[in-house]
Amino acid sequence: MGYPHPPHPRETVLLSQYFGDPEARSLAGWRQRGGYRALEQALAMEPTAVTTIVKDSGLRGRGGAGFPTGTKWSFMKPGDGKAHYLCCNADESEPGTFKDREIMRWTPHALVEGCAIAAYAIGAETVYIYIRGEFTEPLQRMTEAVREAYAAGLLGPGAMGGKARIDVRIHKGAGAYICGEETALMNSIEGRRGNPRIKPPFPATAGLFGMPTTINNVETLAAVPHIITQGAAWYKAMCLSSPKSPGTKLFSVCGNVRRPGNYEVVLGFPFEEFLYDLCGGPPAGRKFKAIIPGGASVPIQTMDEVRATKMDYEGFVAGGSMLGSGGVICIDDAQCMVKQIGRLARFFAHESCAQCTQCREGTSWTTKIVERIEAGQGTPDDLDTLLEIADNMTGKTICVLSDSCAVPVVSGIQKFRDEFDAHIQGHRCPFRVAAAAA
Amino acid sequence: MITLTIEGRQVSVPEGTSILEAGKAAGILIPHYCYHPGLPVAGVCRMCLVEVEKSPKLAPACATAAADGQVVHVHSESALEARQGVLELLLINHPLDCPVCDQSGECELQDYTYAEGRRSTRYREPKRVNPVEDFGGDVVYVPNRCILCTRCVRFMETVAEDPVLNVSDRGDHALIGKFENQDLTHPWAGNVVELCPVGALLSKDFLNKARSWDMDRAASVCPGCSQGCNIVIETRDNVVARLRPRPNADVNQYFMCDEGRLNYRWLNRRDRVAEPLVRRGDALIPVDWEIAIDAAARTLTGRRVTAIVSPGLSNEVLYLLRRVLERCGAESEGVFAVRQGPEAPLPGVPDLAVRADRAPNVQGAELMGFRRTDAPLDAVRSGDVLLLADADLSAAGAAVVSGALARAADIIVIGTTVPAWAAGAGAALPLANMAEDEGTFTNLRGRVQRYRQAKSPPALARPGWSVLADLLVALGDPIVVWTPAEAFSALAQAHPAFAGMTYEGLGATGTVVADAREPRAVTAGIGA
Repeated sequence: MGYPHPPHPRETVLLSQYFGDPEARSLAGWRQRGGYRALEQALAMEPTAVTTIVKDSGLRGRGGAGFPTGTKWSFMKPGDGKAHYLCCNADESEPGTFKDREIMRWTPHALVEGCAIAAYAIGAETVYIYIRGEFTEPLQRMTEAVREAYAAGLLGPGAMGGKARIDVRIHKGAGAYICGEETALMNSIEGRRGNPRIKPPFPATAGLFGMPTTINNVETLAAVPHIITQGAAWYKAMCLSSPKSPGTKLFSVCGNVRRPGNYEVVLGFPFEEFLYDLCGGPPAGRKFKAIIPGGASVPIQTMDEVRATKMDYEGFVAGGSMLGSGGVICIDDAQCMVKQIGRLARFFAHESCAQCTQCREGTSWTTKIVERIEAGQGTPDDLDTLLEIADNMTGKTICVLSDSCAVPVVSGIQKFRDEFDAHIQGHRCPFRVAAAAA
Repeated sequence: MITLTIEGRQVSVPEGTSILEAGKAAGILIPHYCYHPGLPVAGVCRMCLVEVEKSPKLAPACATAAADGQVVHVHSESALEARQGVLELLLINHPLDCPVCDQSGECELQDYTYAEGRRSTRYREPKRVNPVEDFGGDVVYVPNRCILCTRCVRFMETVAEDPVLNVSDRGDHALIGKFENQDLTHPWAGNVVELCPVGALLSKDFLNKARSWDMDRAASVCPGCSQGCNIVIETRDNVVARLRPRPNADVNQYFMCDEGRLNYRWLNRRDRVAEPLVRRGDALIPVDWEIAIDAAARTLTGRRVTAIVSPGLSNEVLYLLRRVLERCGAESEGVFAVRQGPEAPLPGVPDLAVRADRAPNVQGAELMGFRRTDAPLDAVRSGDVLLLADADLSAAGAAVVSGALARAADIIVIGTTVPAWAAGAGAALPLANMAEDEGTFTNLRGRVQRYRQAKSPPALARPGWSVLADLLVALGDPIVVWTPAEAFSALAQAHPAFAGMTYEGLGATGTVVADAREPRAVTAGIGA
């Protein structure tokens, strides 16, 4: 098990190797552990060669969408005369996800190094690391790491012996989930309201300040130095199931589970074994009822559905959900699904940026109906209304926050309809009744 | 050019045109709220979703470029369903207070809901409620009716370049906010009322004054300054209730300034001269038109006349006045003064500003050979007939006025009012004001634009062109003018700058005179 406990023997600790090791935080400590060799190696290569290695490694974006990282980098055309930017998305706000936080808390230099290599590869002179506003400790660690890197000449005008200029700026968010959406993040950096932009144009064409921009997740960038030092073939070989999903991935596990925390496994790991062997299964006397495998935005699954799932991009999709951000939320049989779904909907309603009609009004309406059902005031046609609102909220807006709110509602009603019906027909929450009786 | 098919109609548009604009070109209105041709695209209301063949998702027509060979369905089942969904969601927190809402009857939410919306609501939860807020200037904000289309925010930010408004808060609590200690006092800020597709931003001046369906409308030109913004005059029961901008890409795009918008009360003045008057002893008494015209003609014949004219008179009236002066004694001349005010540009639109010349036809007066002067009364010489043609001389000092009166042997008034100091006039011929008449103005760039009659004149007052045609006949001029079009045609035949123009040919947006001046910048930084 990852920090704060020793790793489980079945974990493959690559990014999480030094979680819990305070000495790894400093530049000196990081160097002792092999830090910044990858940057040195990368700077000795042509930028396109760096991109090629990352492309060949099969590394895919760890923020949720799983887009091939090297391919994303190759969209940045060198020598177009424009300023290029790299944004590091450290606005980790997906409910149930807390892996980037640990990377920044324990191995801030891993991220700085990953950023520097990526910036070199895409021809960006400036990197913005956009850190979630609530992340006070990661902000402090990252600020300190960047300061150290500047002082040591690793960043700044004469980075790595004057081979390249790389500036890293840390931008603190102000507490909005939507700023984790890539274009909202760029608006936020620019000092605008954090609203997602209409695409196209995509960031690679016109991103931050209207310039070609690449945006990568913290975990993605932290994996890059390992790929540079150990090679694309080595990384690509780390694979337990689909060859399209190589490498290790941090999974944040929370909810009704015996050993919550971050776990790093090679992609394709059997999900059931992960849940029971590594995470210890449900609390004593309980059973897993539902699992949300990839953060709040992915479909809720029953335990039966996830039993055969392989933990990679393809495996979760085959099981009817998504890998998402790797935030595994476990819900046991003592929980009321209506309440859980209402809580998720409330989150999205609270975080809607209010641009698109479907999202602004739909998330809030959905929340009100689900909460009314949970309070025992639901009517039989409420479920049809919820499904129709959800349909209306899917695929029609600028970004996917609206869709993300519809996902748990639709999957929740489909898979746990009996619980909704019990609330509506009994005019009360059966779980509250049970809790009161106990 | 690219060619696409929208609702079965083929249309060719320049590359880069949005599907929404291509639809307009094909004569198909794609329902929308946040999109406005004068503002940057926001793509947020999601009302303009249309089905594009071979595209996996519905496309926002405002933010999707038309492409060659595209086949677009505006009224397909999926597009209609999506728009019905948007309408339902826009209405859940919208108060159904149309009976007391100023926007009712001209509300796009109302229109599209009737056209495409659900017949009943499924919403049973409490509605979000926020208090009405005074936005300063002429604008009041009713947040409960707001659909967050952000047209107002974008106008203030990118067109007025005075970012006073913002979207505050998020989720369904979001509303249009005003930055601390700032008000909508920009000289063009009132346009947000016009831009608002619903009843969220309202004009304080027009608040609860008239229902939109009770009003009559006439296309006109703003008489406030020499810019010549195209407007619509809206009247209820023969009273001007509101002025609104009318689009003209060459003059004012979609906008008009607050000063012009609110400066309409003089069109409703009740102290008008409403009957032809002639002097009998100490008093001006009402007489038949023929008697008054004859009296005026007798006074003018063979005398040196100084005409002080208003630069708010139409080109035709000014032309006929010029012809009157030619029939009078030698050295007769015409002068005019222009009331001045501060200039105020609208930064986001080239060559659009409230102009210093606060009169609509300064160019026309100059083209008709009237001399511009700051001291028009000084032009009156001893023994002159002073022909006062609706000129406002209230700015002149009492000493200047009494001096001119002492020099003038006779006064003839042709106008909408008889000022107190001109009570000694020999005759007064009552005219219709610009809202009661039709005609043309020439704006500062030489654009000749038509305005239409919006209301009827009081009692026996008559259009200026008709009065002056009669006066000319009485002075022996062979002119024949029975309609405003004939008055314009007489002008076009006589004046080289208007050569070739026809009244009908001016259309809705006007034609530029032959020797038009080049546009010039109003202030530094304003593109011309």
